[in-house]
Amino acid sequence: MNVNVFMERENKKIMVELDEFSSLKDLLNELKINPVTVIATRNDELIPENEKLKDYDEIKIMPVISGG
Amino acid sequence: MLNCCNEKPIIQLTAGESLCKKHFIEYFENKVFRTITKFGLIGKQENLGIALSGGKDSLTLLKILKKLSDKNKKIRLAAIAINEGIENYRDKTLEAAKSFCEKNNVPLHIYSYEEEFGMPLDNMLKVLDVKPCTICGIFRRYLLNKKSRELGFTKIATGHNLDDEVQSILMNQFKSNIRASARLGPKVGIKDAKTTSGTNSVGNRNFVQRIKPLYLCTEKEVATYAFLNNLIDNYLECPNVSKSYRAQVRDTLNEFEAKFPGTKYAIVNSFLQVLPDLKERFKGEEANCCKECGESASKDKCNACRFAERLEKAKLAKAPITSQLS
Repeated sequence: MNVNVFMERENKKIMVELDEFSSLKDLLNELKINPVTVIATRNDELIPENEKLKDYDEIKIMPVISGG
Repeated sequence: MLNCCNEKPIIQLTAGESLCKKHFIEYFENKVFRTITKFGLIGKQENLGIALSGGKDSLTLLKILKKLSDKNKKIRLAAIAINEGIENYRDKTLEAAKSFCEKNNVPLHIYSYEEEFGMPLDNMLKVLDVKPCTICGIFRRYLLNKKSRELGFTKIATGHNLDDEVQSILMNQFKSNIRASARLGPKVGIKDAKTTSGTNSVGNRNFVQRIKPLYLCTEKEVATYAFLNNLIDNYLECPNVSKSYRAQVRDTLNEFEAKFPGTKYAIVNSFLQVLPDLKERFKGEEANCCKECGESASKDKCNACRFAERLEKAKLAKAPITSQLS
């Protein structure tokens, strides 16, 4: 399946191909992003790492690290 | 997987439980209130200053303490912000700070490096050969303390979270600086070791007690709370932070936390067990007063005055001066 991903800090949109029944954690692994360092939404609603994704989901990834 | 209820989960906690929006907000706020009670951070009557940067941590802190203050009129709140002068960063986060304070009727006092030290941080870094976070941290703590005392604050609450604390503990270990660790904990200072809540019990009369109500909240929990409450206006990171030692420790810790969940809690919990002994051991070394400005100092002259002197010399010479403090 394919999911659309918007990376907030990089201001970048990409499409990622994943196995069926993949979770948010699988997506983050694919993107080499440490799940500890981000929060993510689907349709503007926060989702946990174990949430299963669906074909053509719109996922937004935001860094938790900000400030100095 | 353990869910809190039938509502859709939005976060999985380190312990494995998944929480919906309503239960996460309850969990988070209760954790902050429990931290305040457990460590005696706020007394029955306070004139609290909130160190506000406009980032997620300090806005989250202000939102929760405002709830506390609304329930208890003897706890008065005001925010204090320091504009270091970092272009395309602090100017933007301060807009978020101003906007929040206006909407929530919280007085906001802003001070700047430019007014207090003659130039913004960006320019200081052009004339002094020094690590940005070193000079920035020293000047910021100096101004926060001095201005808070002038404003009559009984305590300063800062947005330091569990991740910040764990990073500091490890940085001090890696650099063999146990004396600095003795000043850590939910209440900043050394002489506070064997006392109970409520009073400013740190030895130096010029020192305004700093407290960390978000002490047991992870950075991810704070970001989640801030997102759910529309407190995140931007995702800016200080442009100087990537150069810092702290950033490298932070990244290593996050890799470890991903492999071994609960690592950060374990570090803070074990640190809290030895902290009273550390504070007791170093209590004789509590801050003196700077002979120049009267602020807290570990030597005759505080680091802020030493840097300010170097800055003056550099301005006169208009040439880079290598700092002995960095």
